[in-house]
Amino acid sequence: MTTSVEPTSAFRASLPVLFGYIPLGIAFGVLFSELGFAWYYAMLMAVAVYAGAAQFMAVGLLAAGAGVVEIGIATLLLNARHMFYGLSMAARFPAGGFARPYLIFALTDETYSLLSSLPPKPRSSTIYVKIAALNQSYWVVGCTLGALLGAGLTLETAGLEFVLVALFVVLAIEQAYTVRAWRPFLIAGFSAAVAAIAVGAEQLLLVALGLTTVLLLLDRARRPVGER
Amino acid sequence: MSDSLYLLAAIGIMALATIATRALPFVLLRDSQHPLVFYLGRYLPPAVMALLVIYSLRHLPGLAWLEIGAYMLAIALTAGLHVWRRNALLSIATGTGVFMLLQQTVLL
Repeated sequence: MTTSVEPTSAFRASLPVLFGYIPLGIAFGVLFSELGFAWYYAMLMAVAVYAGAAQFMAVGLLAAGAGVVEIGIATLLLNARHMFYGLSMAARFPAGGFARPYLIFALTDETYSLLSSLPPKPRSSTIYVKIAALNQSYWVVGCTLGALLGAGLTLETAGLEFVLVALFVVLAIEQAYTVRAWRPFLIAGFSAAVAAIAVGAEQLLLVALGLTTVLLLLDRARRPVGER
Repeated sequence: MSDSLYLLAAIGIMALATIATRALPFVLLRDSQHPLVFYLGRYLPPAVMALLVIYSLRHLPGLAWLEIGAYMLAIALTAGLHVWRRNALLSIATGTGVFMLLQQTVLL
């Protein structure tokens, strides 16, 4: 998962996501099972939707009997942050074949984090596909297990949710080594503060991502060509 | 509309909405050799990582001091270990292990 060398295996790189997605997926499956639907619908969601935050939100909306259009709009708003991930991966993903559409479909927060930390031009793009597919398989297994076992399942995993925080911390440090500049971090911190004040901490991500992108582009525009 | 039809329709529209948000930039940026695309490819990921760290800690201000301390300690440990050894799995496993230990012992 380091930036300077290619990871020895996709599995190794995906391990933190394994420990993040299985318990999180189980938590979703358990919640979902309380709606009274068959377990395979949770599995279908993990396969076809594959968006953690949106799936959790959907449980609440489905329980309230929300309209299908309403559920669609809520999903669009919640996942709008993913637009910014594609902005920085467009030049990296393989051009043709089945790999590209799958990678675009499977671009969750965590998968984006791992893939954007890989060297810009890996010798082959199969490492991208392997990491993305492994991550989704963890999510599908977690969601399915949770829905199958329902509330009967109790795990001593209090605190395991920290694994995804730790993953983001480590990848932020790796990115700092790669980019060797403070500006992206300062801009991100500033944008997050502005967004938290403007729309509240719960909603800050989308606004902060938009502001960060604008500020990064403005910063580029004011620099002489040689320093970009 | 029956219950399972309602659910299937909801899953269908959620799948469409999600793929739409993930695919939009790839559709807009057909010319992926443009200098701006390279620029964002270089500087956006570090900024996004920082934002994801901040966002994953958004519930912190509402927590008790002891719990905030557990987060701070585990994050400092993860980051410090990572700067020292540059071993991602070691940093993540140690930080998470210590955080779980604190959650299940001190904070219970």
